[in-house]
Amino acid sequence: MTLLRAETIVKRYGATEALKGVDFDVHAGAVNVLIGENGAGKSTLMKILAGVETPTSGRLLLDGKAVRIGSVKDAAAHGISIVHQELNLCPNLSVSENIFLGRQNAGLIDRRSERAETAALMKRLEQDIDPDTLVGDLRIGQQQIVEIARALSDKARVLILDEPTSALSPTEVEVLFRIIRDLKSVGTGIVYISHRLEELLRIGDHITILRDGSWQATAPVAEVSMPWIVRHMLGHDGQAAVATSRDTTAATVLSVRDLRLTRPDGGYSLDHVDLDIKAGEIVGIYGLLGAGRSELLESLVGACPARGTVRLDGKDLAGLNVSARVERGLCLVPEDRKAEGLFPNLSVGGNLGLSSLVKFSRLGLISETAAGRAIAAMIGLMGVKTASPDLSIGALSGGNQQKVVIGRCLMPGPRVLLIDEPGRGVDIGARHDIFARMRTLAEGGMSVVFTTSDMAEAQTGADRVLVMARGRITADLSPSEATEAALIAAANGVPESEMSPA
Amino acid sequence: MSATTQTTPAPSDTKGGVLSLILQLRTYIALIAVLAFFSFAAPNFLSVASFTIMLQHIAIIAILGIGMSFVILTGGIDLSVGSTAGLAGMVAGMLILNGIVLEPLGIVIYPSIPLVIAITLAVGALVGLINGALITRFGVAPFIATLGMLYVARGSALLSSNGTTFPNLVGTAAHGNTGFPFLGAGQLLGVPVPIWLMIVIAAVAMGVAGRTAFGRYVYAIGGSERAATLAGVRVNKVKTLVYIISGLCAALVGLIISSQLVSAHPATGETLELSAIAAVVLGGASLSGGRGTILGTLIGACVIGVLSDGMIMMGVSEFWQMVIKGSVIVAAVVLDQIQKRFITGARS
Repeated sequence: MTLLRAETIVKRYGATEALKGVDFDVHAGAVNVLIGENGAGKSTLMKILAGVETPTSGRLLLDGKAVRIGSVKDAAAHGISIVHQELNLCPNLSVSENIFLGRQNAGLIDRRSERAETAALMKRLEQDIDPDTLVGDLRIGQQQIVEIARALSDKARVLILDEPTSALSPTEVEVLFRIIRDLKSVGTGIVYISHRLEELLRIGDHITILRDGSWQATAPVAEVSMPWIVRHMLGHDGQAAVATSRDTTAATVLSVRDLRLTRPDGGYSLDHVDLDIKAGEIVGIYGLLGAGRSELLESLVGACPARGTVRLDGKDLAGLNVSARVERGLCLVPEDRKAEGLFPNLSVGGNLGLSSLVKFSRLGLISETAAGRAIAAMIGLMGVKTASPDLSIGALSGGNQQKVVIGRCLMPGPRVLLIDEPGRGVDIGARHDIFARMRTLAEGGMSVVFTTSDMAEAQTGADRVLVMARGRITADLSPSEATEAALIAAANGVPESEMSPA
Repeated sequence: MSATTQTTPAPSDTKGGVLSLILQLRTYIALIAVLAFFSFAAPNFLSVASFTIMLQHIAIIAILGIGMSFVILTGGIDLSVGSTAGLAGMVAGMLILNGIVLEPLGIVIYPSIPLVIAITLAVGALVGLINGALITRFGVAPFIATLGMLYVARGSALLSSNGTTFPNLVGTAAHGNTGFPFLGAGQLLGVPVPIWLMIVIAAVAMGVAGRTAFGRYVYAIGGSERAATLAGVRVNKVKTLVYIISGLCAALVGLIISSQLVSAHPATGETLELSAIAAVVLGGASLSGGRGTILGTLIGACVIGVLSDGMIMMGVSEFWQMVIKGSVIVAAVVLDQIQKRFITGARS
């Protein structure tokens, strides 16, 4: 039964047409999957369903009757709720305050019942999160759980989940899937957007594919295969980067000994970590949420006050701040691209060139020709899809923004590139590009260390897979050893010795 | 490429292009509007003499505003500039009248005027350095740090003379320190020195903001301080420098005013910080940082200057002047918000 139907939706932003007459049905009691590369128009379509944007033309039908959804409040009144891809929480408020934000009735707030309901939601989501915890103190994955809890508390008829699992651990994903099944059984229509195709095949019932703002295909999930999806998304058969075993005799570039980072509660975020990275090596660090992967990379560039020895090309980096380490050839592409990677007020070129301005300066003045040439070259190298380097960075899709942040790190010519979750919020086309580029650069002698919570990414993208759990490195595996079983065991803290069958 | 930053990106669509152009050029339109209005409404407004006077008033606001622009572009604010200007005037006055007294040797050194100017500018830079250190080393919010400095600098200015004026700063030939009035009242090629100073400082500031790595870092920090740190920008150094620039500009303004008056009064520069902030905001800068231009600030300073002087010429009461100035500033920010919505609407 079709609960909500979007008919020939067109959305124009100025001269660009984000949606070119798209049809989309939300079936009741089913998971309606929407996929497509970034920039295909998924998020725009969802924003229209959720009342964040209004369509230029086309109409929405709820239970067969045309409705106007002009605002988020309208959508809520019609029982449509959305979990946005980007987190929209107030870090200075508690979990329960965030969940009930904007829905308090006039008069005094009933803190006790809000707290009780929050506790119940957290129990349902199998989370050990105190309703009074400040959202800012939670990890990104936990914040995403809070977003989901907020949408659940709406008791919506149509629930839109835009990349809900991008920061969730496998266990949390399972909990979410269980809840999705519960909601299906009571007739909720779920719209599910994700870049993780294997997830979609597991949970989805109906699948719709968009490409460049146009409808491509719709089919029951039972009848589709991975190649079919990839073909419709890309318009051609994609191929994955294949890892090859690298030269093991190469010199050690980065050497880390006894790296320690203490948590406010006295425990270790990084628990005596030792690590060696060779020249031209691509190392993937797999782990669950809170395993200490981001902390490790941040400590290496000096953005975290960790103790221990970090040597780059044999030279101790003790006491050097971030800018000095960047100069010496360590560079971090942060996990939270929006808050830590991009300058929203600068152009694409401005973002790319920022770490290498001194190189382009003559007598203190930036040489626009030299900078422009280098920026154009980097746009070409990274395959950034942009009409011009002068375009605002906000106009680019997530995948292209990620390429820009990586490109900025590459411009000064680093020795070791650190990338925290290169695939987060990035479509598969761009992800493929990024990994292919990392491979080329590694062949040129640069080392790459990236973190991931995606097993496939760890298995195919790296020459060597490290697994972290509770601040420690629990496994050091070759691509062939990095089976799903081995990764899961190590990520849950089972020592390497107990993993191999005796 | 003009990699940048200073201007909000021009929407590529033609639909609504005219309206958005008008919104983008609103500061210029405002300036033309006030000029046109007073040309009709105020007697003697359209004369070289009144424009020369007006430009000298504008120079004061513009120089402060240019220093303030760098601070605001990083997302900070400097409330101490008015007081710093007052303090600077007093330092210059004291140096000219009393010299530097070396107690144990029993001698008094009278520094020459260039040296007086250098010492005074150094005092301004020191004030900025203290502001910057408080903000970057001790994590004090810019509003609080510079509010504290507003009081400290004003108090120091009052203490320096026990609240009285240093009069008649012409210097004496015997002490070799004559010539101070030239800075405020002198002319080069028929144009008063303060106007020259404004032009030179504006030109240098535009180059620094638009063409140097430092300038780009200032915009970057205003856009995202965390991203700037991770990109290898020495954020604390850049932030400290912008307060030093602001302090230098404030000290220069203090010198110009005391030179124009040929005396230094400890209350000089009161509320000038607000005019400077208003000029920056009128020029299209965002108080949260990352957006704004030196040229915009210059135009903003002109709007405020023309508005004040024009109203005085028209004989508008001082009380009404305040009401009108305040309304213009708020209207500018409202227009800015409308324009922003326009641009984000034109994007996804």
